[in-house]
Amino acid sequence: MKIANKKVTAERLVRDALDKAKHFSDYHIFTFLNEEGAIKKAREIDAKIKRGEKVGRLAGVPYALKDNFLSPEGETTASALILEGFNSPVTATSVAKLEAEGAIMIGRTNLDAFAHGSSTENSYYGPTLNSHDKTRVAGGSSGGSAVAVALNIVEFATGTDTGGSIRQPASFNGIYGLKPTYGTISRYGVVAMASSTDCIGFFTKTPEDMDLLMSIASGQDPKDMTTLPDYYNDTKKMNVSKARIGIIKDFDNNSVHPELRKALAKKVELLKSKGHEIVELKMPALKYGLAAYYILVPAELCSNLSRHDGVRYGFRSKDSKDLDSLYENTRNEGFMSENKRRIMIGNFVLSSGFYDAYFLKAAKARTLILKEYEKAFKKCDFILTPVSPNPAFKLGEKVDDPVAMYLEDVMSVSLNLAGVPGLAIPAGETKDGLSLGLQLVGPRRSDKNLVEFAKEIQ
Amino acid sequence: MKYIPTIGIECHVQLCTKTKLFSEVDNDARGKEPNSCVSPVDYALPGMLPRLNGEAIKFAIRAGRAMNCKINASSRFDRKHYFYPDSPKGYQITQFYHPIIGEGYVELPSGTRVRIEHAHLEGDAGKLTHFDTYSLVDLNRVDTPLIEIVSMPDIHSAKDVHDYCKELWRLMCYAGVTYGDLYNGNMRFDVNISLAPEGAKELGTRTEVKNLNSFRSAERATEYEIARQTKMLESGKKIKQETRGWNDATGKTSPQRSKEEAKDYRYMPEPDIPPVNLTPEFIKTEVDKLPLMPSDYREKFNGIISNDILEILLDYPDLMKKLNEIDKKYVKSISNLFASVLLAEEKAAEYLNDLPSAKDLNELAEMNNKKELSSTATKEVFLRLFDPQMTERGAKQIAKELGLIQENDLDALKKIVDTVLAKPETKKAQDDFRAGEEKAIGFLVGQVMKESHGKANPSAVQDILRKKLTK
Repeated sequence: MKIANKKVTAERLVRDALDKAKHFSDYHIFTFLNEEGAIKKAREIDAKIKRGEKVGRLAGVPYALKDNFLSPEGETTASALILEGFNSPVTATSVAKLEAEGAIMIGRTNLDAFAHGSSTENSYYGPTLNSHDKTRVAGGSSGGSAVAVALNIVEFATGTDTGGSIRQPASFNGIYGLKPTYGTISRYGVVAMASSTDCIGFFTKTPEDMDLLMSIASGQDPKDMTTLPDYYNDTKKMNVSKARIGIIKDFDNNSVHPELRKALAKKVELLKSKGHEIVELKMPALKYGLAAYYILVPAELCSNLSRHDGVRYGFRSKDSKDLDSLYENTRNEGFMSENKRRIMIGNFVLSSGFYDAYFLKAAKARTLILKEYEKAFKKCDFILTPVSPNPAFKLGEKVDDPVAMYLEDVMSVSLNLAGVPGLAIPAGETKDGLSLGLQLVGPRRSDKNLVEFAKEIQ
Repeated sequence: MKYIPTIGIECHVQLCTKTKLFSEVDNDARGKEPNSCVSPVDYALPGMLPRLNGEAIKFAIRAGRAMNCKINASSRFDRKHYFYPDSPKGYQITQFYHPIIGEGYVELPSGTRVRIEHAHLEGDAGKLTHFDTYSLVDLNRVDTPLIEIVSMPDIHSAKDVHDYCKELWRLMCYAGVTYGDLYNGNMRFDVNISLAPEGAKELGTRTEVKNLNSFRSAERATEYEIARQTKMLESGKKIKQETRGWNDATGKTSPQRSKEEAKDYRYMPEPDIPPVNLTPEFIKTEVDKLPLMPSDYREKFNGIISNDILEILLDYPDLMKKLNEIDKKYVKSISNLFASVLLAEEKAAEYLNDLPSAKDLNELAEMNNKKELSSTATKEVFLRLFDPQMTERGAKQIAKELGLIQENDLDALKKIVDTVLAKPETKKAQDDFRAGEEKAIGFLVGQVMKESHGKANPSAVQDILRKKLTK
């Protein structure tokens, strides 16, 4: 990703990226193109290089920013009407770190509004199309970011992963996507979905790029009390040429697409042939993951979305008579139907009389899942599973069936509940040319070794 | 039938931390423009996260111990949800499930103990000002740290309501956790009152009078509620469980909203703030910072300072601290000067900020004790000690410069008395006194004082006069 070799200018790279972004405009990847700002920054970097000044590790590298990261460049909308016109006065910690290394944001990418979804169809700005098949979904919620990288518009893109929102679109588009250990990268300045599961991560074309980005973005942030001290750059490297890989037997059933099962089997054979040990795991508690997730996450997200009331910023409904109708109309018009569905679920499970039956029970299930992972990682170094049961589905196919849509997350959400890292890696294509992806799961704070292992087996 | 009131009180105390509970913005908005003390976190921009203020935790420890409360080694924050423009996040961050301050008690001057159920930390709300067709929002107060102190229903009279509120105020001021400015709402009281027939096992239906901001209004509102509820019960009516507001001007409470329509706050653990875990050492460091408390002073000065005066002085932690430095034998006279001279001054509040040194006060008391200063002169020198230009000189020097040192030399006094008695204009008074008219002595003492230019010790003069005239 380095351009300091002077063969190409930052301005050239940025202009190319912007041209490509425009060329692929029918994919609905971007909600905002940062033309002026990006070119200005590129020129500054070129000037620095010319003067022989030191530049950052990402100097001149164009990247795409998921539109739920706050920065003063362009409106931060989270692809929702209710944030229309919101120009952030603050910059997310993660964005500040990337920019400090010279990375140049060329545009903001589309997502399911407020990251609620697995297809990027729930966007106020329309769905993002799959990089391999324009009749199919990009995956989500970070669909725009995944497609921006997959179509080679940018070198990397940011994402957020609350239940699979990085890994699933990465696997739908044949690229790498990392959901780090909870607390690895600061959440400050990223529109919150569910605070206890939200993770900031990246899309890249190679594990090497992922490594570089992680070493830049990781670390404790005083503005986010849930961040961990930087372990990524201090990780004691394990011997990744001889690893124990866990395969979850519970998942090996007919609910997984046959070609995906085949891809997994092929990868397992490859790992064996390279001398890695395969360990079969039973993880029955994971079956509670989806149910627990769709209680805990709506509870947290409905709370986090309470601040969008039309009083201080963003969209405000025009025909309001009093305070109550201002709230009702603004939220009714400003949120997408999936947002509203989740807000209702969240409020329901937090209501007095239901809190114990739903929220507390789900919290207990979460503890079980956490323990299940701890137990599994005593037997193996990493776990290899599909990211989602199927490759990219058709646009509109699951829009009217929320439960089918939620089932897409069945293999990804348990990681978020347990706070463990997961790296989506490309695993070939179907005979129809759809990309297939698998995820490598590691124990908490094993992100560095996860990336190193991905380098080893790519 | 006699009805017994049962009363519990919730008290909100605004903490005087440097910054707000969850952001680095100035927590002291006194005299500042509306919405000038607001950070992106307080304003609840998307993506903003609370940063717990460690100073507020320390204050909570001190406040808790001031009320003899257990400090919980582990506490957490929760979200309490409601929509209103004074709450930018759409929820208040509070401690619903695991508060930082556990059980304790407050002892009133009368000896009554009021148990504390718990106390917790939370963020304050903003302020709304309503106009005809619009309302204005000021978020300066948003997430000012509050401690909410919840008492057990151990209070049974309006007088104890007053005393409890006042004692809490004192404790918080002594602990140094609040400015204690009641007028500006630094402490607000919610009083829960129910009545039950004497001897009844079950409590009656309660009403809550909210947002009382003085001890007196808490007391008056309680008196009013007790009278109102008694009247209703006596006429066979039922008490409605409701929140009532107090009108200081009319002296009445009136219904605000009834509990039936009470909101469901949908409490949820605050996921952005990790649990607060405190080590015993950390707690001890804070507790050690606590000064002597009112109860300590009551014990210490018992029999030295009269109760009436002590209870007045206890409202002023700085005065108590000063008294504690005073020579034990002079505590009584200095406490009298504090109560009857200093506090009577118009500029008392100003004077309290810069008290004279204990050395000066001891010196002053000693001069008075030795009768070098008359009581009037003592008061005068005492007040001069607050004059910034005088402070360097010390009590003795001031007294000398003002010519206030009394003549106590008996021989010298006798000479002056003789001079006065030799004057023809005192003849009548001398005769009158000898004839048994007691008050004539006053005139003679006055003449001697005049002759001595006010320096004579009047009681010594009187002694001499009596001896000479009754010979």
